[in-house]
Amino acid sequence: MNASEQNRMLKDISIIDFTLVDLNEYLDTHPYDKQAMEYFNHYARIKNQMMRDFSARYYPLTADLSTDTRQWNWVLSPMPWENISQEGGCN
Amino acid sequence: MWSYEKRLQFPVNIKEPNAKLAQVIISQYGGPDGEMGASMRYLSQRYATPYREVAGLLTDIGTEELAHLEMVATIVHQLTRNLSMEEIEKSGFAPYYTDHTIGIWPQAAGGIPFNACEFQSKGDVITDLFEDMAAEQKARTTYDNILRLIKEPDVCEPIKFLREREIVHFQRFGEALRITQDNLNGKNFYAVNPGFDTAEGDGSCSPKCGCQQK
Repeated sequence: MNASEQNRMLKDISIIDFTLVDLNEYLDTHPYDKQAMEYFNHYARIKNQMMRDFSARYYPLTADLSTDTRQWNWVLSPMPWENISQEGGCN
Repeated sequence: MWSYEKRLQFPVNIKEPNAKLAQVIISQYGGPDGEMGASMRYLSQRYATPYREVAGLLTDIGTEELAHLEMVATIVHQLTRNLSMEEIEKSGFAPYYTDHTIGIWPQAAGGIPFNACEFQSKGDVITDLFEDMAAEQKARTTYDNILRLIKEPDVCEPIKFLREREIVHFQRFGEALRITQDNLNGKNFYAVNPGFDTAEGDGSCSPKCGCQQK
């Protein structure tokens, strides 16, 4: 497994998700803003696909994205505070 | 209902342990203006507002604060990994170490344990939203204070991210307050507590009181 590619994908997911979190809270107080809703729907589709791609390639990011049949990678994969980062790391 | 995504909201990759910094940053875990109080405040206050935009915003910000709580815990954890006994003694980390080793426990920088008195849930949506706006500013100030103590970029970056979110949340709570006031009696916002009183007051006295019924 390529740890730097894995980290790059995780970082991309956090960038897209940040957009969604910010738009979500904005829409809570502006529930009729059509343009914001369009942005939200657009990025929600992208995030959904990225979460699926990452989970298929490395490990499930949510338990219901698991497709495991041999070992339960939801629990065997690293916890987010482990920082698998820069140096190549584990997994 | 909640579900968990096995990733951080913003990446935290700290290389060098630093127990001194861990000791001040723990305040944003369990201190008076920390993320634990923030999340519990908003998630507890949700039930006192009849306005769905406000209840929804409190839910979503309260949820985001849980992701921040996890980031702060990660920062403290990575700052205390692989500490030598000598570093623990030299850095002033010995009192925390004695009770918690390097486990994560909610306390303020000064050692005071987290408790529910660090936030209020008043059952009055105007009161609660003013508290929320003040809370976001207090958290922003705390992050400003922490940033003055940090030189390491790998610690600075996630703290700067968290600081920026306080400013956005302050803005959103201001909008929630405006939505709340738009739903109330324009002559007297305090005529009724919309989460408690059943009938609209006439705005002549506050709160809706016995004197109106004479």
